[in-house]
Amino acid sequence: MGYLCVMKPVIILDNISVRYRAPEVRVGTFKEYAIQILKRQMRIKEFNALSNVNIQVNEGEVIGIVGRNGAGKSTLLKVVSRVLIPTEGRVRLRGWVSPLLELGAGFHPELTGRENIFLNGTLLGHKRREVETRLDEIIEFAELGAFIDAPLRTYSSGMTARLGFSIATTWKPDILILDEILAVGDENFRNKCNARIEHFRKEGTTTLLVSHSIDNIEALCSRAIWLDRGVIKASGSVQEIIAQYQHIQ
Amino acid sequence: MQAWREFRRGDGKCQSNEAIICLLMKKLQAIQDVEFTYDSQQRPPPALEEFLDAIKYRDLIYQLVLRDIIARYKRSVLGVFWTMLQPLGMMLVMAVVFSTLFHQIHGYVAYVLSGLIAWTFFSQTTSAAIFQIVWGGVLIRRIYIPMTSFSISSIGTGMVNLILSLVPLLIIVLIVGRPITWALLFLPISILLLTAFTLGLSLILSTMTIYFPDVREMYQIIIQAWMYLTPIVYPTTIIPETYRFWFLHLNPMYYMIDMFRAPIYDGALPALDVFIPGALISLITLVVGWIYFAVKADEFAYRL
Repeated sequence: MGYLCVMKPVIILDNISVRYRAPEVRVGTFKEYAIQILKRQMRIKEFNALSNVNIQVNEGEVIGIVGRNGAGKSTLLKVVSRVLIPTEGRVRLRGWVSPLLELGAGFHPELTGRENIFLNGTLLGHKRREVETRLDEIIEFAELGAFIDAPLRTYSSGMTARLGFSIATTWKPDILILDEILAVGDENFRNKCNARIEHFRKEGTTTLLVSHSIDNIEALCSRAIWLDRGVIKASGSVQEIIAQYQHIQ
Repeated sequence: MQAWREFRRGDGKCQSNEAIICLLMKKLQAIQDVEFTYDSQQRPPPALEEFLDAIKYRDLIYQLVLRDIIARYKRSVLGVFWTMLQPLGMMLVMAVVFSTLFHQIHGYVAYVLSGLIAWTFFSQTTSAAIFQIVWGGVLIRRIYIPMTSFSISSIGTGMVNLILSLVPLLIIVLIVGRPITWALLFLPISILLLTAFTLGLSLILSTMTIYFPDVREMYQIIIQAWMYLTPIVYPTTIIPETYRFWFLHLNPMYYMIDMFRAPIYDGALPALDVFIPGALISLITLVVGWIYFAVKADEFAYRL
């Protein structure tokens, strides 16, 4: 208990449920909607992407989340990054959440790399001034050189990913969310990415990592959570959870 | 465990383990309760939260407007001059086509253009806002952004276009010999009221688009019909007198258009029976649209 006193909780999820309600047949138009209502045939299918999930993550922890496809891993990340407001339960967060869900989602092909840095930086919630001061650092890390003033449509997919990663990780986040992004770019750049994430961890960034690669989880995480059909099946030390998980698989 | 023993020794009153655990839990609770930057159960009312976040993300809105303008003209030689030339060209086509029909109006070109400038802003911005929410859906599923940013940035882009096309319009007004008066100073108010109305309606339409994607296509037809129901290319006098009053006064865009036409074409302030209902319609639409959007916004990520 004394141990708990010292730790500072950064993410607290209390009894989180995320419930999707979808009509069994997709209703796309007013006409169909009106017909369905009149016939009273709107059969609504409910399914819980997450049910009664309780998680507390303390400062500086790196938590790995394992589970099959559709187990609710991405939904959990969305709840933490405030994209999804849970249907039930309470979310409490401390600090700035950096979502690395998909690199370069907000890029515009006609804008130059430099212009896209401003767009992407402000999408992450930074001020233009803050982007301005980090501009050189971002360009340098992305290794784009003279390409930075060329339109993004001329970039290779590797260059786009490098730029996306560079922008998203220039500011040290309090909470870092990683959804299978470590497979980006070439070997050299991947090492740079891992070094940066490791640096954040040492500086006290709390990390949630979803990965299908058990090796990644084992190498990076201190604790693991096993999700199965929206329910926490087990949570504990990485070795323990991975052993159980692999046993079932 | 060291801390545990020290704790027991330090506090003589607290002997039993339960009491200590109880105390520690309270202490832990105290740490947990303070300085959370986000608590899903302690959010301000949705409309207010959306408003505060839109202000916080103002740099994003600026950047989105910039993106629209840069992306649109990047590959053209005349660049941003098209912002002036394009609406002007379109207006001139309209004016030439219809001027043979309505040659009884003095300075017909200026009459059409003063109405069309407001209409173009309205129709382009509402359509852009609907498009933006669909585009933005990709982002909304990945990162948190105040969702009104998309509608507000559409307004910003439209406003830049509107103000730039005022320049050639005023030149045309001079050429056709309509009076230029102090009433032009009323234009900022006209622009603000039109903007409020357009933003309110954009938010309502965006929300509907998320639930029914067909709204996007349907709106294109509605806006076309709406334009011909609004006296833009024709004078109000061609509407039969028996139902002219209701025909005009039930159409919110009639007031908006007239608030532009009065200062630009007539060189006079808009009449009070246009200004007062016009202002009320604008502000009510904005408030209703904003609240409706903000209340529904939590559900968007489930739908997109």
